[in-house]
Order: sequence, then C-alpha cells, then structure tokens
Amino acid sequence: MKMKNIKFMYSKTAFLLGLVFITMVSCERDPSNQLEFATYPSNGEIFIDGFSGGLDYYPFGDSYFEAFSVDSQTFFKGSSSMRFDVPNVGDPNGAYAGAIFRVDSGRDLSGFDALTFWAKGTRGGLINEIGFGQDFFENKYQVSMSLQLTTNWRKYTIPIPDPAKLIQERGMFWYAEGPENGEGYTFWIDELQFEKLGTIAQPQPAILFGEDKSEIAFTGVDIQLSGLTQTFNLESGNNVTVFAAPSYFNFKSSNEDIAFVNEAGIVSVVGEGTTKITASLGGVLAKGSLELTSRGGFDLAPVPTRDPSKVISIYSDTYTNVPVDFFNGFWEPFQTTQSSEFAIGGNNMINYTNFNFVGNQFANPTVDATQKSNVHINMYIPNSVPANIDFLITLVDFGDDQADGGGDDTRQQVFFDKALFVADTWITLEFPITMANKNNMGLIIYENINGSSLSNFYLDNIYFYED
Amino acid sequence: MKTKIFKQNPIYKRQNVLFGILSLTLLVLFSGVSSCTTDETQTVVNFKTITMQDEFDEDGAPNSSIWTYDIGGNGWGNNELQYYTDRSQNVTVQNGYLIITAEKENFEGASYTSARLLTKGLFEQKYGRFEARIKLPWGQGLWPAFWLLGSDIDEVDWPYCGEIDIMENRGQEPTLINGTIHGPGYSGGESITKPYRLMNDRFDTDFHIFGIEWGPEYINFYVDDVLYNQITPKDLPTSAFPEYICDGLSVSECSDRKQRWNKWSFDQPFFIIINLAVGGNYVGSPNAETVFPQTMLVDYVRVYQADFINN
Repeated sequence: MKMKNIKFMYSKTAFLLGLVFITMVSCERDPSNQLEFATYPSNGEIFIDGFSGGLDYYPFGDSYFEAFSVDSQTFFKGSSSMRFDVPNVGDPNGAYAGAIFRVDSGRDLSGFDALTFWAKGTRGGLINEIGFGQDFFENKYQVSMSLQLTTNWRKYTIPIPDPAKLIQERGMFWYAEGPENGEGYTFWIDELQFEKLGTIAQPQPAILFGEDKSEIAFTGVDIQLSGLTQTFNLESGNNVTVFAAPSYFNFKSSNEDIAFVNEAGIVSVVGEGTTKITASLGGVLAKGSLELTSRGGFDLAPVPTRDPSKVISIYSDTYTNVPVDFFNGFWEPFQTTQSSEFAIGGNNMINYTNFNFVGNQFANPTVDATQKSNVHINMYIPNSVPANIDFLITLVDFGDDQADGGGDDTRQQVFFDKALFVADTWITLEFPITMANKNNMGLIIYENINGSSLSNFYLDNIYFYED
Repeated sequence: MKTKIFKQNPIYKRQNVLFGILSLTLLVLFSGVSSCTTDETQTVVNFKTITMQDEFDEDGAPNSSIWTYDIGGNGWGNNELQYYTDRSQNVTVQNGYLIITAEKENFEGASYTSARLLTKGLFEQKYGRFEARIKLPWGQGLWPAFWLLGSDIDEVDWPYCGEIDIMENRGQEPTLINGTIHGPGYSGGESITKPYRLMNDRFDTDFHIFGIEWGPEYINFYVDDVLYNQITPKDLPTSAFPEYICDGLSVSECSDRKQRWNKWSFDQPFFIIINLAVGGNYVGSPNAETVFPQTMLVDYVRVYQADFINN
C-alpha cells in the first residue's frame, strides 16, 4: 500500500469576532473610533483545585477513556490534582492514555509566555507528548514536547512559541502517553496554568531541525516542511525545545514563481528553477532552510497494463500492493541512502538519494512468487548516468522460517548492462526469477557495486508478474 | 547573610545619594529628604560629582585615554578558555555601546576569543560610586564581569590589593548576578559575596545598572535602584593566618602579609575591569547549547567621587 500525501488547508477563519460600528458620515473608510474588537477571557488557570470554567475533557478515540480522574488524595497544593492512569500494553480498553482539555469559546493567552504545572509519577516515565493548542478543530497553534517525570513533585515549563498568536485559543492542554516498558503507571499534574514568567528568552526557532537541506523537485510536488521547533532558554539556564505548529511561522520562498509555502508549511512547486525556503517565528529568523531545485514537469512512469490477476505488486498505484515492512531499512553502519516518497498528480514514487544500497522488505507475510516468472521495476535517473554505473539487484527468499537470516535464505543476483541506463527518462528493468525457492520472497536489495557512483534515482511499479 | 539589607529610598533612584551615620557603624536610611535632619556628628556622603564617564558615543576603538587591555590566553588564574585580544571583532564601540564579543574560534592555541578592558594606570579612584549599565550575554560557560582591583596589586599582590566584583554572572544563571569582595583571608571560595536575583526578568534581555557606593568602611551593592547588600569590616573573617603563605618570603614580606590578614583592603585607589570570560572554574565550560558569538553591551560607565559633606 502506498502512503497517500496528506494535504490539508486551514480554512480562513476570522480571528476576531468583533462588534463593528460603522458610521457612514462621509467617504471615511477607516473604522470609526467606536470600533471595539471582541476580546476573550485572559484567564490562565486550567486546573488548580478543579477545572476552571468552560473546560471540557475529550479523550483520544482509541485511548483508555478512564485514564483521567481528579484525585483528592494526592496533590501538590490545595486539595486535589489531575490524575492520569496509563494502561498496560495491550489493555483491551485502550493501549494508551491521551486527551485534550478544551474551552469552547477560547481564551486570550497572549499575555502569558508558558504553560506551567507541577507533576510527578509513580515512576520516572517519559510522557510522549504533552502541550497545548490541540483542539480537535484545526490544531492551528499546537505545541508539544516530551517530558521526563520524576517520582517527586517538580515544576515544568512549556514555553509558548509566540504568545501574540494566541488571542483566541481553545486548546488549553493535551497529552498522550503509553506504557513504560510495557507497564502502565500513574502520574499527577497540579497547578496547571498559563503564566507570565518573564524569564523565558533567547528564542531559537528552527525548521527542518535546523538543517540546511537541498532537494530536487518537480512541478506539482507538494512538500510538507517538518522539524518545526521553537527553543527558549529558561530561568534554570536550560534550553527547552517544543514542536510548534506551522502557523506559528512565517514562511518565505525566495522565488514564488518556483515554489510557495502556505501557512500549513506545505511547499508547492509550481515552476522550474531554484528557490530557497526560509522561515521566521515572532520576527526571529529560523535556523534551517530548504533549497529546492525544480526541474519543471516530471515524466511519470508508464502505467502498467498487465492483468492484475497475474501480478503481485510491491509498489504501484495501479495494483493493490502487498504489505511492505519498509522501503528503506536504514541498515547501519554502512548504508548512506536517504529516501523520500512523494506524489505528482496522485502518482506516488520513491526517491533514493545519497545512494549506496537500500532494501525493500515485505516479509509480513512473505510473498509466494511460485507462479510468477519475472520482476518488473521502473527506474528514473535524473541529470546523467554515471559512466561507472554498475547496478545490482538481489532478490531474497527468506525460506521456511519466513524471516531474514536463519540459515535458510536463498538469493538471486541480477546484473545489468550499462547500456540499459539512460538519464531523464523512465526505463524498465524486467528480468526472470531463476532462483529455486521463491515461495517466501521477502526482500529486494538495490546496490552500487565495483565503485559505481549512482547517487540519485526514482523507483516506481515494483512487482512480480507471470509472463 | 552577613548584613542587613536596606532598600534604597526610591525617590533617589540612581541619584547616588546615600545618607549614613558611619561613626556609629550603623546605617540609617531616611525615608524622605524632608525628614532628614543632619546630625553634626554624622558623616554624610554624596555621590554627585562625576570623576570619570564614558558614554561610548564615538564609534571605533574604545577611548584610549580611559581604557587599556589585557591580552593573552593564560587562563587568568581561573582556567578561563578564551584568548583576550584588542581586535575590533572582540571589542568595539558602535551606536553608543561598548560591545565585547566572545567568539568561538581557534586563536593562538585557544578555542575562544574575547576582550578584557581595564583602566589601570589611566583611571584609579578611592571611594565613590562606580556604575555601569550593561546587557549581559547568555549561555552555559559565559562569565561577564564588571569589577575593581586595588591599584597596588603589582606591589602587594592579589588578594592583598583587594578586589570588588560589582557584578559577575554565570551565563547559565540568566536571572542572577553576584556582588563580591576578595581580600587577604577572604578570597576565592572564601570571598564575601551575595547574589541578587531578578524576579520575572533576566539580565540578558535588557540593560541593568550595576553599581557600588563605596566609602570608608563600607561598600553598598546595587542593581538598578535596589540596594541588595552592604559589606563592612564587621563581615570580615577571623581565621588564623596560614603560615605556609610565608614560604619563600622575606621576614618583612611575611610580617606585612600577617598584618594585612583578614583586614579591610579597601582604603586605596582601585581601577576598573570589564571583561567577558569563556569557561573557567567559576562558570564551567560552554556546552553544545551555548550560542556564539555572544556579546556584552555596555551603555555607559560612570564614576562619582565620594563627597564628604561634613568633613
């Protein structure tokens, strides 16, 4: 099954629902001085000894619904705390704990700089995700981080990436936590509130985790910018980094005729040439950038025409694909290959860069190719084919144990004539399966051999077929 | 801590006016000018007459009639990691500020460069108000300081010359500074010190004024308009003189040091030092999160003399 590119656009919701009085006296088009923007409550309290007004609790659909309770036995201060019971692995009532805490009308949090609380656990669990800004609507200003608990009460600070954005925020708090080493446990949170600490400073926003990346792209490709973070230095002297939703950032493309970025952080490639994507958060330039070189329109691989009943597909948009464990095993320590999957006009393909070798594994379950005589692969090499190209494909049958290794694996190596490889066009590699055992096929390996310097190519339509 | 803390009358702010009854070694702060009637037996100190002032209004190298430099990378007695230079990338005046910049670069065997300015031989003064308006750098391993050393350091050695640290900060403590004195019997780890913490604010996000008001037998420490510590001879220790100090010294040198032990070393002229150290015993080394370059911005340095009204 191919992964689909998820596209989402934020609807154009108005931030400020105001009562605007316009007095038509002359041609005056400025708002009159009677204009007042509606403001939302600036209450920062969420749970002190009970919920503040208007707050509701919504567990995640597949989580353990009973995870949250108010505990009047254990608390940091006052008379009660929020208690979270994380279930054991495989709990039939839900395998993890997670919820959002939302106010329905929104609050103005722009006067605060952090969400703070006291917490402790029955063990030093690492809460997978905790933050605010998730409201089950647009999650427009979602913030999350992971948080290491201790068994003693400690105060935690989750900074707001840019408070000025939060003039009508509904997502007061959210968390998601699974078992620790298979075991459930309990943690408590108390004195949960937004505060103006005044000691949160030295913002260091980043996109792409602060890396300067270069990528080849094609017209029609959409790329989701990831690794969006905001880092602050706290009073403790420690830096804290949170994941910040794209809407906290202002994105910029140096040439919008080549690509532009929307507020959801999706880069849309629209022309041929080179552009540099950068971002800022709260007026501070973010570390990290993406240099996109668009080659313009991209030829799609030819659409397969073989009868689906004669095909077992690993990767294509034409056939139903078998379950695939991975398209890149990231085998350490020698593999350098990076991979990305992307779609143009709904047609998915895999791009391998910095290639030396890489594998596609489909062993759960393994593929019985007894009735299939051949393998088909489409391949596209951009720019030029290196003169020293020597490309090897290895088919691996995992044997009766249906697992990699175990002494019963068998392999078939397939070498190719250099003349087959042509740049900037989809070529077709087809070859017979000659190995004796092919009823537990589990892996296809692609590799450079004999010093071959092939670095960047695309694959599509990987399947076994019956001739 | 060692002394009572007095809040300066807010009316005076930075007007550097302090009334004290020093003959009784008891400091009394009057709550308002109108309520202050000067007793004939008291010595009243005013800090109104400027004796040195650098507003850093001229771009380029700092005024050479006021400032000189310590150059080098010998660790400066604290295992500091930087090499101090007088290059413009480490010290310059721009847009009304003295800018001291700590860079991460390999230079003369050190991994960092920075600068250390001093007024030694150019401006030295006994007593008075010394103040500077500074915005501090930040991050693990940064160690900015604004401090004074006794001008007789080359004759009597440290710590016999005395040292007044008006402000020093660990970059990993963005809301804290320390005011400290060092002298014979109370130096290094035994120095007399007190931290001052900003509430709901930091020293690296805006300018703050760090000052002392220093007269005979007292030094008052200020941040902005807050008097947060006073140190007097009563705060000095009474520890025994460690005889090893006399190893290799002449009899007269030895007896001089014995005589100075645990004594107040702040009745002679001092000169000013402003520096930004990287690493060292006090602060520890920078880590992967420390951002370079780091800058220490100084808006001004002003010194007032101590005017003894009734003398």
